[in-house]
Amino acid sequence: MTFRKYLVLAGITVFSTLGDSLLARGMKQLGGISLHDVSGLLLAILNPWVTVGILLLLAFFASYMSALSWADLTYVLPATSIGYVLVALIAKISFHEEISPTRWVGIALIAAGVGFVAAGPSVTPVRPSEEAAPALPVEEVKS
Amino acid sequence: MNDLYAWAAIGLITLAATTGDVLLAYSMKRVGDVGELWKNHGLLAVAGRILRTPTFFLGLVAMGVAFYSLLFGLSWGNLSLVVPASASLTFVANAVAARIFLHERVGRRRWLAAFLVAAGVALMAA
Repeated sequence: MTFRKYLVLAGITVFSTLGDSLLARGMKQLGGISLHDVSGLLLAILNPWVTVGILLLLAFFASYMSALSWADLTYVLPATSIGYVLVALIAKISFHEEISPTRWVGIALIAAGVGFVAAGPSVTPVRPSEEAAPALPVEEVKS
Repeated sequence: MNDLYAWAAIGLITLAATTGDVLLAYSMKRVGDVGELWKNHGLLAVAGRILRTPTFFLGLVAMGVAFYSLLFGLSWGNLSLVVPASASLTFVANAVAARIFLHERVGRRRWLAAFLVAAGVALMAA
């Protein structure tokens, strides 16, 4: 794992968290849109919060695809779930939302899970016999 | 009755999201390290190689199904049940599916991580 790869993982977390929040904020501003009202859904894109939210989610998808090209799914998913913790902490710090004891336990469990997986190897070594596609050299596997 | 519908939706979301993640992960492994590819052959080569991977589009379709099942699930069940339950189950289902279909080495460390995160996500909603 190089520094750039850790940046991509951080990008997945930040882009998805920010993208979701901006999208939610924009959609709340617009009020209820029913599924039958297609023009309402299309017009929603014009809301600046929604536009930026969608751009961020596209950035999330690009970094997610990049990560999956050099790391295991069972590594990427837990390692990037620290976003749940970030959302709760941002809500506490900037919006002074209360965090219940149960949620603190949840935060601790997620943080522990992220720590566990991040300390392990990021990719299963490719067995040369079973890979038909020209496999690019797999980078170092740290354990 | 509504509970049954909500859990049916949760099951469908989990199934579709796991299928999508596994297909996308499989596709990107076939494409190869995107960073290396970009450095050596340029961004167009990366895009071309992804577009020539049919399973990538199947993965996108599965993700679309997951998204629409989430929308329907939300109309039947509570936000506070459907979202965390499906997110939580998807972590565990992905670990099982990645081991079976992607032959990823899911050791004790990764099982533990999947279960800890799944439990944490479920608690965060409580």
